[in-house]
Amino acid sequence: MTSAVEAPPGSRVQLRLLGGRNDGRLDSHLAQHGRLPVFDANQIVGLARDAGLTGRGGAGFPVWRKLSAVAATGRPPVVIANGAEGEPASGKDRALLAYAPNLVLDGLQLAAMGAQSAVLYAPAAAHRALGELIAARRGAGLDRVPVRLVAAPDAFVAGEETAAAAAAAGKAAVPGDKLVRITEAGPGGAPTLVQNVETLAHLALIARYGPGWFRTAGTPDEPGTFLATVSGAVAAPGVLEAGYGVTLGELIAAAGGATAPLSAVLVGGYHGGWVPAEAALPVSRAALTPYGGSPGAGVIVALPRSACGLLETARIAGYLAGQVAGQCGPCINGLPRLASTLTDLAHRRARPGLPAEVDRLARLVTGRGACRHPDGTARLIHSAMRAFEADVAAHLVGNCRAEEKR
Amino acid sequence: MNRLHVDWTACDGRGLCAELLPELLTEDDWGYPVPRAGMNVPPALEPAARQAVDRCPALALKLTRVSAGRAPASS
Ligand SMILES: Cc1cc2nc3c(=O)[nH]c(=O)nc-3n(C[C@H](O)[C@H](O)[C@H](O)COP(=O)(O)O)c2cc1C
Ligand code: SF4
Ligand code: SF4
Repeated sequence: MTSAVEAPPGSRVQLRLLGGRNDGRLDSHLAQHGRLPVFDANQIVGLARDAGLTGRGGAGFPVWRKLSAVAATGRPPVVIANGAEGEPASGKDRALLAYAPNLVLDGLQLAAMGAQSAVLYAPAAAHRALGELIAARRGAGLDRVPVRLVAAPDAFVAGEETAAAAAAAGKAAVPGDKLVRITEAGPGGAPTLVQNVETLAHLALIARYGPGWFRTAGTPDEPGTFLATVSGAVAAPGVLEAGYGVTLGELIAAAGGATAPLSAVLVGGYHGGWVPAEAALPVSRAALTPYGGSPGAGVIVALPRSACGLLETARIAGYLAGQVAGQCGPCINGLPRLASTLTDLAHRRARPGLPAEVDRLARLVTGRGACRHPDGTARLIHSAMRAFEADVAAHLVGNCRAEEKR
Repeated sequence: MNRLHVDWTACDGRGLCAELLPELLTEDDWGYPVPRAGMNVPPALEPAARQAVDRCPALALKLTRVSAGRAPASS
């Protein structure tokens, strides 16, 4: 899945996490990066803050704030490296765990300073290789906090942080109510910190090369690089690495270039947003916010003009409606209704008020679940209704603009 | 000020709370509570809100203090 691209001069496509031999081996890792320097928990919070490191699992939340919230409890936390990657359009965490798992495990040790236990939450298919590596690192005296492997089921919501915390506590991997934050008390009672595996890998590099080095990539607001999974109408789909602020054009070029004229690009994945296929559009929070999008977990899907954006969104919405964790009424009922209403529009089964009904349902489910699955689904659909406004108008009178382009 | 919180994993959507607190809550298409404006409880409605909390059959409705300075949820 990984395309190892050479960075063209001046481009923001650049390899850090994936800049080594990418063979997953401990000896290559130590030869390239050496052992982790020793820091105390306060220093690690400071490093994350000075670097401006944000979460790479989708929400982009500042890492130092979660680290300090957990530290403020004064109790030994459970720290979970989240490698579940339930998002079908994303392959970056799987790639990272295959190519540079030692950076993830280093980062987990840093975040787990003083922790009672550290957990690597990853799909079962990766456990054999990871288990051997964890044993080798322990044998080499690298990891002070023992690392436990927990299997992440193959389900979209299994990677949500309270679902990950539940799985680590031996319960079903479904999201829980958030009246009490897991950073205060997780499902097993201990304060719980969940960070995406890529976030932890960046922390491992920051600990070695410093916050100043980290900030030489990305933008002042969003420093560092991120892993992007580029797919859709591109010649060489795969996982790339680039600084925030990289343009869509640069990313698509690095993925072999578009194989057809594009009508739109999905940024941030199935909970993300559709943006215009403008080569100069930077992948950064600042540039994507006007479209209701964000870099999210780095998913980029290029939509060719011959494909209907409404049909594609309806397909994704149908998938997301099938992934509800079966717990919260508004989500269980609302997402299928939302998906089927959008599907009617996508299939040109027009009736008066159809777009308004899509909009109403998307608003109705927002904020009304234990997790943000309904919110993310609604965000995607709102963005589709904006980005494919002309298609909506065509569908309402029985036409399809994509069909005309075939 | 206090704020209503629904534990959606517990709420069974029979809509009792919307009946007891019509000023704040209405029902959605499936009988689950929807805030009319927001979930903050004005002092005058505090007693009715407490009653709704006490009578929620699923123990899904809670009152929490709105406090500044809590770390915002990530995702
Ligand atoms: C439905 C849903 C699914 C999620 N799936 C994942 C996932 O597979 N992996 C992940 O790292 N974060 C996932 N997240 C985000 C996590 O809840 C959480 O924000 C993240 O793991 C925190 O790590 P970070 O701050 O390092 O990004 C998901 C969120 C939602 C609402
Ligand atoms: S909001 Fe939906 S996906 Fe999230 S826990 Fe509730 S039912 Fe499951
Ligand atoms: S009374 Fe309780 S269970 Fe019934 S709808 Fe309200 S919150 Fe849900």
